[in-house]
Amino acid sequence: MYWSINLVILIFVIVCALGAIYVKDLLATAILFGAYSFMMCLLWAIMGAVDVAFTEASVGAGVSTVFFVAAVFRTSRRTKD
Amino acid sequence: MVCLTGGLLLYGTADLPDWGDPNAPASLHLSNYYIENAIRDTEVPNLVTAVLADYRSIDTMLETAVVFCAGLACFLLLRDFTPKKDHHYRHVPTGVILHVKNPDRQVIVGNEFEDMDKEWLPPDTIIKTVCRMLIPFIQIYALYVVAHGDFSPGGGFQGGVILGSSFILLAISYNLKYLLKRVSEKFLGILSAAGVLVYMGIGLAAMVLGGNFLDYEKYAPIFGEHHIRALGMLGVEIGVGMSVTAVMVIIYINIVSEGKHDEGL
Repeated sequence: MYWSINLVILIFVIVCALGAIYVKDLLATAILFGAYSFMMCLLWAIMGAVDVAFTEASVGAGVSTVFFVAAVFRTSRRTKD
Repeated sequence: MVCLTGGLLLYGTADLPDWGDPNAPASLHLSNYYIENAIRDTEVPNLVTAVLADYRSIDTMLETAVVFCAGLACFLLLRDFTPKKDHHYRHVPTGVILHVKNPDRQVIVGNEFEDMDKEWLPPDTIIKTVCRMLIPFIQIYALYVVAHGDFSPGGGFQGGVILGSSFILLAISYNLKYLLKRVSEKFLGILSAAGVLVYMGIGLAAMVLGGNFLDYEKYAPIFGEHHIRALGMLGVEIGVGMSVTAVMVIIYINIVSEGKHDEGL
């Protein structure tokens, strides 16, 4: 059971990372980064590193997503490439 | 190029020890020392905090300085003091909007007028009410995380981020001016510097009292022997929390308003 939860979350991490690279909409990329951070937070928690998981949840999934959204709000939503 | 670097990195990870390997170099003597002696040395149950804020507290102090520098860089790069040309004023009782273009001199507005954004929308009642009720609880939780850093997961950094994000939530749910009326930019700047200074001050005061830099044991004559290192760590965590809170809000308000501090999300 233990390894299968790990595997599912790892697959989600990779899907989020690839999605963040290939999606053209930058707002969607910001949200995908938030999801990526949240999955990493779950992974840290499974490994027993609760402090790191806490930091990842508050900084990675929380504040940095807000910063990305704010930056997208002030620049453009589409990428050139 | 990317494939080459990635391949080299993957090749390198093959030589790393397994996760939780008891024969890894890090867990041969160093981790064991911390696990066996941290409670006796520091009387703090949370090992991570004991390592971060006591054994390696100079490292954490300079991390706080790095966070402070991030806020400073954001301020210096983005802050824009040039006044804007167009002004929109809303007459609060009636809702009439005046648009003033290129005023020759400063327009004096009375109490009934409110300087507003171009993309101003009336704040949504549901969002406003929910956020108004939620923010005090978020802030209390953030203070709990800061204060309980030595007993449970958390600490100054996480608590500071949560406290800062409660201010950001206020700016999002109302508007940026509403936040800046309550928390001025000057106050944020002073708070971010004061956090680092609190940390360094605790370290320097320990030197004045005759110990090493950040040696919390030397406060025992003032505060008593009981849990003195935990108390020192709490002081340090409060410093970190102050600095991180202020820096998070500074970064947000500078990014979202392009440094003009007038309009934003």
